[in-house]
Amino acid sequence: MTDRKPVYLMTPALAWLTAFMVVPCLLILALAFFRRGIYGGIVYEFTLSNIALVFDPLYARIFLKSAGIAGLAATIAVVIGYAAAYAIASMPRKRQPILLFFAVLPFWSNYLVRTYAWIVLLNREGLIVSLARAVGFDGDLPQMLYTETAVVIGLVYNYLPFVILACYAPLSRLNPEIHEASRDLGASEWTTFRRVTLPMTVPGIATGFVFVFVLSIGNFVTPALLGGGQFQMIGNLIYDQFLTANDWPFGAALSMFLIAIMMGLLTLQTFASEKASGQQRAEVSDD
Amino acid sequence: MQHFRSSIGLLLGTCLAFGSGMAAADDLVISNWDGYMAPEALDSFTEATGNDAELVLHGTNEEIMGKLIASNGRGYDVVFVSSPFAEVLQNMGLAEQLDHERLPNLANLYPEATELAHDPGNQYSVPYTWGTTGLCYRSDLVDGQPDSWQDLLNPSDELQGKTTMLATDRWLLGAGFLAKGYSVNETDPDKLADVRNLLIEAKESLLAYDDTTFYAKLVSGEAELVHAWDGWCNYGIAENADIEYVIPREGSDLWVDTMVILKGSENKEAAYEFVNYVLDADNHRWASENILYKVPNQAAMEALDPALIEQFPNLGMTPDEMMAFEQLRNVGDAQRAYSRVVSEIKAAN
Repeated sequence: MTDRKPVYLMTPALAWLTAFMVVPCLLILALAFFRRGIYGGIVYEFTLSNIALVFDPLYARIFLKSAGIAGLAATIAVVIGYAAAYAIASMPRKRQPILLFFAVLPFWSNYLVRTYAWIVLLNREGLIVSLARAVGFDGDLPQMLYTETAVVIGLVYNYLPFVILACYAPLSRLNPEIHEASRDLGASEWTTFRRVTLPMTVPGIATGFVFVFVLSIGNFVTPALLGGGQFQMIGNLIYDQFLTANDWPFGAALSMFLIAIMMGLLTLQTFASEKASGQQRAEVSDD
Repeated sequence: MQHFRSSIGLLLGTCLAFGSGMAAADDLVISNWDGYMAPEALDSFTEATGNDAELVLHGTNEEIMGKLIASNGRGYDVVFVSSPFAEVLQNMGLAEQLDHERLPNLANLYPEATELAHDPGNQYSVPYTWGTTGLCYRSDLVDGQPDSWQDLLNPSDELQGKTTMLATDRWLLGAGFLAKGYSVNETDPDKLADVRNLLIEAKESLLAYDDTTFYAKLVSGEAELVHAWDGWCNYGIAENADIEYVIPREGSDLWVDTMVILKGSENKEAAYEFVNYVLDADNHRWASENILYKVPNQAAMEALDPALIEQFPNLGMTPDEMMAFEQLRNVGDAQRAYSRVVSEIKAAN
């Protein structure tokens, strides 16, 4: 039976992944152990100095700072996104697809264009300030653009649809009878949400959080545009090593660490959702 | 090990070759910044000399250097790079030693342009444009006339949050070096630390680091005083006549963008013809008239419309005035210290 499964259908995808994902990643891994030449380029002499440099307080701080910004963006996105997904899932079935369509619509435009839109909105002579003036506000507004807040806003905005989709999936699959049963047994709406709905949709929340976190921590476009180059996130540091400092080995070492962090998180997330769905099955059968 | 090395090199080289859209081997391949020469230049070059040529674009010096280092100088015939990078190509043995007999239009250059510190006698590079780095500001919004790097690094209360600085390491540090009275090529660790501290303090009052849109921020009024290359300040002046350019009293650097023929070129004849073609007074004048940079070509600059110089006064700067400033040089291994200091500045808060 097993030998009749069309495993060969996977060959193109596997070949693609190997050639354009696995091999480049291995090259990057190898690069991390060589020295940079005086003028850039690579000197093929084994060294661990690039790896050691990643733990230098300066760069470790940039890693932590990036994790902080990514964590904040992911938290805000999950709160907003979960609420939106909950609202959409509570709508009549017929209307849900159109609402989801609107949530995903911004993805149809280019990431750069969407990020630039925030520059237009937030800058000192921008739309928000002009609107405030138009309604009679003439005090000093705080500088919004080119701040850490702007970077977080940009990240949340760009990745919010991922969270809505990730949270909508488990919310829409919830059996409404479970909700009714909880109410029948005397639980308030809030208790029902806290004790029944929320625990059963944790996998969606975890997926949304990890998605936003992983996409944010390596992002370099948003900090460059909305942070005015004043916030160095790990993505910018890697970009600079490859494209400005011409220090490919160190850039490679930084990339390996970033990939390791991302893989660790994705593994944890997979593990957590497996466990959560296992638990749910167990709980349901207990009842 | 040997086998491993060459396969990494080969793979990287292949990736870069695909990435850069390499041309057929018998076309002349030129790499330049986007919009840095006349759009029709290559067609008219082909018409004039019968050589087919292809233009490849690079966004930054570092980008083309990365490609040239990975391919060991193969795949390109002529590249446009800033002078410190031309020096690197020379030091790595990738630059062609120029045969002046094949470049008769070198005679059009100002005598000063043949004595540049990085390459006296134009042995391996030919200057294409040159200029200074200073302050570009809205004279209608800024009180008085800024005349010091301190006006940028330690701005008055009215200018808080309304200044930008260049983000590229050499110029960002350059502002600090000049303000402190150091050489723009300083490598002494203590002096670097001094400049780092000065620039971290300056960051407090900064709107943004900006290499590409600072003049637009001036035009919109988002910024009022910016760190700028003279040629780019002209783009602001073109849109708002209240914008002015000034070189601070502590001085500027002299930056020079150059053309380098690669030693590994398989089309050297055509490469020489191309460089000579650019040095033609009419062709070279295009750069001044259209991208508003000074060109080191005496014949071209003398033919420039005086009205243009009136509108963009920094185009009228003489070679003599510019030569008073120190050129950015390749600093070799100290480049790593520069990168680190820039990371420290950008990560500070």
